[in-house]
Amino acid sequence: MSISATLPETDVVEGSPAKPWNSNGWVWAVALLVPYVLIFAGFVAYPVMYGLYLGSSLKSYQELFADPAFATAVWNTVLFLGLAVNLKFLLALGLSGFFAQDRWWVRILLVLFILPWAVPSIPTILSFRFMLGTEYGMINTQLFKWFQIDGPDWLNKPSLGFASACMVHIWKSLPFWTLILLTGRLAIAKDLYEAASVDGASRMQQFRHITWPSIATLYLTSTILSTIWTLGDFNSVYLLTGGGPGDKTHVLATLGIRYLRIDKLDLGIAAIITAMPLVLPLVYFMVKRLSRGPEDT
Amino acid sequence: MNRTWWSEARLILIAIPIVLWTVIPIYHLLVLSISDKEAMLAGQLWPDKPTLQNFEIVFGQKHYYLRDFWRQFANSAFVALATGVITLTIATFAAFSISRLKAPGGRMIMNLALATYLIPAAFLAIPMYKTMGNYGLLNTQASLILAMVALASPYAIWVLKQASDKLPVELDEAARIDGASTMQLFRLVYVPLMAPSLVAIGIYALLLAWNEYLYAFLLLSSEKDVPLAVALGLFLGADDSPWTVLMATGFIYALPPAAIYYTFRKYMVSGLTAGAVKS
Repeated sequence: MSISATLPETDVVEGSPAKPWNSNGWVWAVALLVPYVLIFAGFVAYPVMYGLYLGSSLKSYQELFADPAFATAVWNTVLFLGLAVNLKFLLALGLSGFFAQDRWWVRILLVLFILPWAVPSIPTILSFRFMLGTEYGMINTQLFKWFQIDGPDWLNKPSLGFASACMVHIWKSLPFWTLILLTGRLAIAKDLYEAASVDGASRMQQFRHITWPSIATLYLTSTILSTIWTLGDFNSVYLLTGGGPGDKTHVLATLGIRYLRIDKLDLGIAAIITAMPLVLPLVYFMVKRLSRGPEDT
Repeated sequence: MNRTWWSEARLILIAIPIVLWTVIPIYHLLVLSISDKEAMLAGQLWPDKPTLQNFEIVFGQKHYYLRDFWRQFANSAFVALATGVITLTIATFAAFSISRLKAPGGRMIMNLALATYLIPAAFLAIPMYKTMGNYGLLNTQASLILAMVALASPYAIWVLKQASDKLPVELDEAARIDGASTMQLFRLVYVPLMAPSLVAIGIYALLLAWNEYLYAFLLLSSEKDVPLAVALGLFLGADDSPWTVLMATGFIYALPPAAIYYTFRKYMVSGLTAGAVKS
């Protein structure tokens, strides 16, 4: 007591700078957080808890595992994440190198290249859907016209249908990730490259020793983020193939909604919960990464 | 000299597939929207007789699937604007509180918000649907708006917090010394300085809601209430889908967000990609 009384000034310096103002500020700090906390509690926390409760019955898992559509959806999801995401990132890495070229026409091209990301996905996916139609679709009609060959049954064969869904997914999200990697590339100091080329380093060597070390972390973080989000890509599959033919092109996200539509809500929840062992560690890792302040990175 | 010629040629060779890949689906959409039925069925690269008839059908609501077109357009606009405004308000308050006022528990709330942002929205859809049913909000636009606010605000808060952490503390201190109250500080110092990020975030939430399909399709069922995105999906229910009219509708639906996006591209790219992933 006596110590704090004799050292009032250090107390002010050590604590928050403006003491008298602070008590008032504290009330405001809490009050301004209330709207978000309410939204979070009502529309995130409660649904999540409720979902876990609904998905806690073992019986629904037995039923789920017995459904052949589930095994297919799991396998498709693995392919979607393993192949589509990595292919997308290899393309994005290459394209970011292209768009990093300092040319006026490359800059204009970049504006065009962003289009798939800037327009809503529903009309473009539906456009893909008609374009890939077996009989009247533009691709098959043109194939026949120029080469007199009957194009494949794009959306009515499970393997091609699913590959098409992967393609649509890549088409839609490639621009975003290319932009992200481009931002990373442009942040690298130019004189590093100049010095390297004076020393006679080849393009490949420049990439290996300058570009890649600088953007490797960004590449990894982006891939993880995209993996989580791709898991939730409902539109690319649902609007292109509807999960068909014969429920062979579902991923977990669309399968869950399919169960909901046929009034098997607990199966839908169970299907989603089976993805949690993959989602939660990734989310945890990303929250840790993203919540660090700029000064720690 | 020779080498630059060669590298230019190589760049152009790369550019061609990029352009084709990007443009084809959008070009296809445009072509169908100005085709008549015959041209559509013939799969022509460019219709023999381009026509604006499909747009006439859409604007005049002259098709069974389009009888509520203008109403659905208004629904989309209303849901998007409401989501934009509410998200922006909530997120700005929260970011100000966490970043500038160092709210107790701010860090925890930030982490919870980040986790919400990262969890795929499609996974939250089923429990959200059930929840809205429990609240008695199903089939009201309020449910869609609230769901979109819940999905948009985590990222909004995070980006705004990042941006406001960069504002110097001295500004707040100077304002306090001048006797500003907390809310004066918010109104007169914080909001004006944050304006570019606020624009980006408002648009982010607005576009997110305008483009949303899954939640709208789950939470709303009456054709008078659904936004355009869902109306487009309803076309697929027909055996003989009028694709030319569908594509014309899709084009009209895609136009406002694309226009907004390109108008504010500077804000969007610097505001969002910088925040999206930090190296």
